[in-house]
Amino acid sequence: MLKSSLAPIFFSWEVNFRLKLVVCIKSVPDTASSIRIKPDSPSVNGEGLTFVMNPYDEYAVEEALRIKEKQASAEITAISLGGIAAKEALRTALSMGVDQAIHLTDPSFDELDSQGIARILAKAVSSLGFDLILCGKQAVDLDSAQVGPALAEILDLPQIGVVTKLEFDGQGRHLRGHRQIEGGTEIVECPIPCVITAQKGLNEPRYPSLKGILMAKKREIPEWNGSQLKLGEEEAAGGPGKVNIISLKNPSLRSPGRILQGDSEQKVKELVQLLREEAKVF
Amino acid sequence: MGSDIWIVGEQREGHLRRITLELLSEGRRLADLIQGKLWAVMLGEGLSCHTETLTHFGADRVILLSDPRFSSYEGGAYARALSMLLSSNPPAILLMGATSLGKDLAPRLAARMGLGLASDCISFALGKGAELTAIRPIYAGKALATVKWEGRKPWVATLRPNVTSLPEPDLSRSAEVEEPKLELGPEAWKSRVLEVVRDATATLDLTEAEIIVSGGRGMKGPENFTLLEDLARVLNGAVGASRAAVDAGWRGHQSQVGQTGKVVSPELYIACGISGSVQHLAGISSAKFIVAINKDSEAPIFKVADYGIVDDLFTTIPLLTQEFKRLLDTH
Repeated sequence: MLKSSLAPIFFSWEVNFRLKLVVCIKSVPDTASSIRIKPDSPSVNGEGLTFVMNPYDEYAVEEALRIKEKQASAEITAISLGGIAAKEALRTALSMGVDQAIHLTDPSFDELDSQGIARILAKAVSSLGFDLILCGKQAVDLDSAQVGPALAEILDLPQIGVVTKLEFDGQGRHLRGHRQIEGGTEIVECPIPCVITAQKGLNEPRYPSLKGILMAKKREIPEWNGSQLKLGEEEAAGGPGKVNIISLKNPSLRSPGRILQGDSEQKVKELVQLLREEAKVF
Repeated sequence: MGSDIWIVGEQREGHLRRITLELLSEGRRLADLIQGKLWAVMLGEGLSCHTETLTHFGADRVILLSDPRFSSYEGGAYARALSMLLSSNPPAILLMGATSLGKDLAPRLAARMGLGLASDCISFALGKGAELTAIRPIYAGKALATVKWEGRKPWVATLRPNVTSLPEPDLSRSAEVEEPKLELGPEAWKSRVLEVVRDATATLDLTEAEIIVSGGRGMKGPENFTLLEDLARVLNGAVGASRAAVDAGWRGHQSQVGQTGKVVSPELYIACGISGSVQHLAGISSAKFIVAINKDSEAPIFKVADYGIVDDLFTTIPLLTQEFKRLLDTH
């Protein structure tokens, strides 16, 4: 386990203002899915896929709920950009306990890359108002990991990315995040408003309660499109520079190799020899 | 618009990180193809000791942004500094590492300058008219996307660590070195690194390791991971774990390999007591060689393993450690 020399802080805290939390979530195919490519276009065949809330976004939602448990006046809004599946992810967030959900949807959004999506989200969160924006560290479909930091830059905010632990200070004005880096942890502090991106380990997301699920079913989820967001021409078009997917393929399958025979010692000797002489790893 | 290529290098505790050399290697190849110059940019403190290495590995120009305030990473300040540098002399292509720093910095910089960014690329190609395309794994490697940039330059990409081979350094190369001074006010620093805590058990990160020894449910408990640590030590590798082992609390989250953990590209991946879920197999699909050790001959891991041993891992792994020790001692 990691040992920090810093004294533990922030076990209890009070704020004298209504904390506004915004969680950005995405709907993605369940990680157990096999991904098949459509033959005629650079996109994934959605048939038979089960869509769920991006696992890293679940940590972000859970963290917001835990903050609210300590600070009852806090208000949590979940937003998601996308088609009909995004609405289902928002319903999951509502059933977990967020206060309201906003669905950002417009056919023109389909053409956006991650940076373009961050610009739309920035517009939406600005009109909502916020003290803290929580995102997953990446979505497990396109694996871009761009939205959190890009959102922070567009809004001119500090950001703590890939966070496995988050604490508020006594006044609720500063955050301290443990950020995972190669071979260790960076402990970073910044004032709110700010953006954090959630990594596995931050918390254990709750399952929605039956009551929560039933309540979420009945909730209206407002839709905001491009014109309601008052997007400028460039924001709608996706910005001055952009990345497009031009083709998709499945990686070539690995073929099963050799199952080694003999007693334990023979197998081990043969393996080492193969790694040396055939694979040339050593 | 220039036809130069820039890379942003990284150092840690005074040492150039391997990703820097990988970026130089790929950057040099692309620069030669479009007949541009390769610039290496570093931010930090005490950088001049890296000039020679950066030059020998391919840089034509070395730009050192030396400032004690850059000694720890701050995304907003780093992005601001780079954008100041880039706007006076924009290159065609900008490459960074898909590391904890690069993954944070590149999206910020792209947002600041309105640039297209392709994350975590594994290869690059130049078409006619110096059109750049890149291949990036998506769905943790279950699919490969070819992407293309349009609009404003530089075109920005992050390169996955451990997928680029390094050339021999060319000791005859020389480079121009500049240390520009940037006017960057304190307001650029919006967050502060209080402390960096090193994980004593993981000297080598999984994404950078050439050899990974990984354990799953078959390890039966946290205490048995010492077997894997012993083997990893002999091989100078890192220890990973399956999601099952991490969720059971046997290993820390940072050691999880797979779709909700780390996607790895080692030379050799040794899976011990790991059955091989879809998510795990996706995360190791770019390993060069996979060895599976499992009691269950039906385990899906054997479908992707180059070499499989169907046996009790508690017998096999100590024997393997011994055998490697013997081999590596005599060489």
